[in-house]
Amino acid sequence: MWEKLDLDLDAHDALLEVLGKFYGDIYMSQQNRLQGAEYLDFVLSEVHGLRIKELQDAKAEGRKVIGTFCVFVPEEITLAADAVHVGLCAGADAGTDLAEQLVPRNTCALIKSFIGFKMAKLCPFTESSDMIVGETTCDGKKKAYEAFNEITPTYIMEVPQTKTEAARALWKSEVLRYLAEVEKLTGKTITPERLKQGIKTTNAKRRALQRLTSLRAADPAPISGRDALLVNQISFYDEPIRFTAKINELCDELESRIAVKDGIAPAKTPRLLLSGCPMAVPNWKLPYVIESSGAVIVGEESCIGTRNSRDLVDESGETMDEMIDAIVDRYMKIDCACFTPNTERQENVTDLAKRMNADGVIHYSLLFCQPYTHEALKVDKTLQAEGIPMLSIETDYSMEDVEQLKTRIEAFVETLA
Amino acid sequence: VIIGLDIGSRSIELVAMNNREVVHALRVPTTFDPLSQCRKLLDGLRPDILVGTGYGRNLIQRLGLDCEHSAITEIKAHAIGARHLFPEAATVLDIGGQDTKAIALSGGRVMKFEMNDRCAAGTGKFLEYTAGVFQIPIEEFGHYAMKGNDPPVISSICTVFAETEATSLMAQGKQPESIALGLHKAIIKRTVNMLNRVGLNQPLVFTGGVANNPCVLSLLASAIKAEEGTGLLIPENPDMVGALGAALHAADG
Repeated sequence: MWEKLDLDLDAHDALLEVLGKFYGDIYMSQQNRLQGAEYLDFVLSEVHGLRIKELQDAKAEGRKVIGTFCVFVPEEITLAADAVHVGLCAGADAGTDLAEQLVPRNTCALIKSFIGFKMAKLCPFTESSDMIVGETTCDGKKKAYEAFNEITPTYIMEVPQTKTEAARALWKSEVLRYLAEVEKLTGKTITPERLKQGIKTTNAKRRALQRLTSLRAADPAPISGRDALLVNQISFYDEPIRFTAKINELCDELESRIAVKDGIAPAKTPRLLLSGCPMAVPNWKLPYVIESSGAVIVGEESCIGTRNSRDLVDESGETMDEMIDAIVDRYMKIDCACFTPNTERQENVTDLAKRMNADGVIHYSLLFCQPYTHEALKVDKTLQAEGIPMLSIETDYSMEDVEQLKTRIEAFVETLA
Repeated sequence: VIIGLDIGSRSIELVAMNNREVVHALRVPTTFDPLSQCRKLLDGLRPDILVGTGYGRNLIQRLGLDCEHSAITEIKAHAIGARHLFPEAATVLDIGGQDTKAIALSGGRVMKFEMNDRCAAGTGKFLEYTAGVFQIPIEEFGHYAMKGNDPPVISSICTVFAETEATSLMAQGKQPESIALGLHKAIIKRTVNMLNRVGLNQPLVFTGGVANNPCVLSLLASAIKAEEGTGLLIPENPDMVGALGAALHAADG
């Protein structure tokens, strides 16, 4: 199977070895971890193994694999065509030197990573994809997809940048265009019944993630931020029905923990909300630094977090038109920093910080990510008015600033105690 | 006896206290073997409590101490030390070997802070490096720069680029003292920006080794329009404030 994928197998093995060691240091070292974390460990250990095998098996049955980089690509439609929807690798320093031949050096680590993974032939998800979907969110990604398209065909969805009626109409036309493209790719007609099922499956997954979010409001925190981030990360890779069942089981375990006031950290441990850019596997650097500094993370306000799970598609639609409108409305609620204005994000961060009983917020921007770095200033102002302290961190995937980050984060935690 | 140990990137300071009185204060360079340097400082002392701070604060766990010990960040340590020396302190500026920190205090507590991240631009290391370019000992570099006049604007704060810029200015025939003054002004500009980001209120207490530089002091005082004698406060031993803060934290449990 591996030989058939266009991968650099030696480099891929080396990557997995580093990943395994990193995972051991950051995850397996945790005390009093959940039993349900076994599922997380297993999925992650097989993320470039059994899961790829499953994708290949699906392809052998004639199903198609659609690879994505953004929460704007409507999974409901992918599933309705019986295709597999996966997130592509973008969380590690891989092939950076190659990527810098296609994009400027002052491009964020996430963009360099997905290009680097492709050029260095390291991502089996990318190599398994029958269709890769990009989108016009930030300028960095827009231009990067132009370059990416030269090495692998990339279908681009036009994400509007405002929330006007005209923007909604544009987005609706893009959702319909995606639907037609997926039908063409799979040779399957998306019927109202199939679309309804796609909506139900995706909603169920998001409901499980919402349930996890709610349970994390408890003190002591029942689950570490690292594990919760992993759950969110895995939601982009694993089979959605299996994932939903496993996360609901994990939530059952959390409920029994909360009932006996058991937690991953003692009660009254300073609680922090992470907010900002997405953290793709294996970007666990900041959560690890934070949770090694005497604090516990109680939420992730990001695309690999509540931005992906907060809103559901209205399930009351019966006709194709009604369901498409419901999907369009749901996706137009996403408070990505590429929108202008994007004031709802400031409200959402504040609401989430309060709901999770957070003592403070750490705003994370990837170096060179203009939209989120800009919004850090706005979010700070809004939180200050609410009396919620915020620390703004700008970093990337390299480890050179870990000690400096530790000092800043520890000092921030000291101010909360 | 209670000990505060500030393990910085360039030097390690120790302050020993008894009944909140400093009984012993010592400073050694960090070198490439900070653990041995710490042991040297602790030789003959029998601490009851030790609190570490600074970049190497977690090294204290490897000292094999048989007393109670913990670590706090240098941000907290400098805030505590500065407030102890100057109870009226509203803002603290610490420029050490590789970090610059601006700390806003309210009721003696750290409210907000800023520090440079992965680059040592505009810190003690920058001065040390550029002094080397002029072949002037670091202790005299401030006095040297004060002899300059009509300083050129040095736009780069990156240590390496600033050297390139200084070299070009020398090639243009600029007086070296004036170039040195320009380099000092570049640091002040960056520092004042950082202070303004946390909300600069006077009195400002200036700690860390760079507070020994008279040129930095005089430029800073005029840049922030410090009120004579009360706006900008300099401890007698600015290098020792972090260790003092750590010792006070230990004393207050």
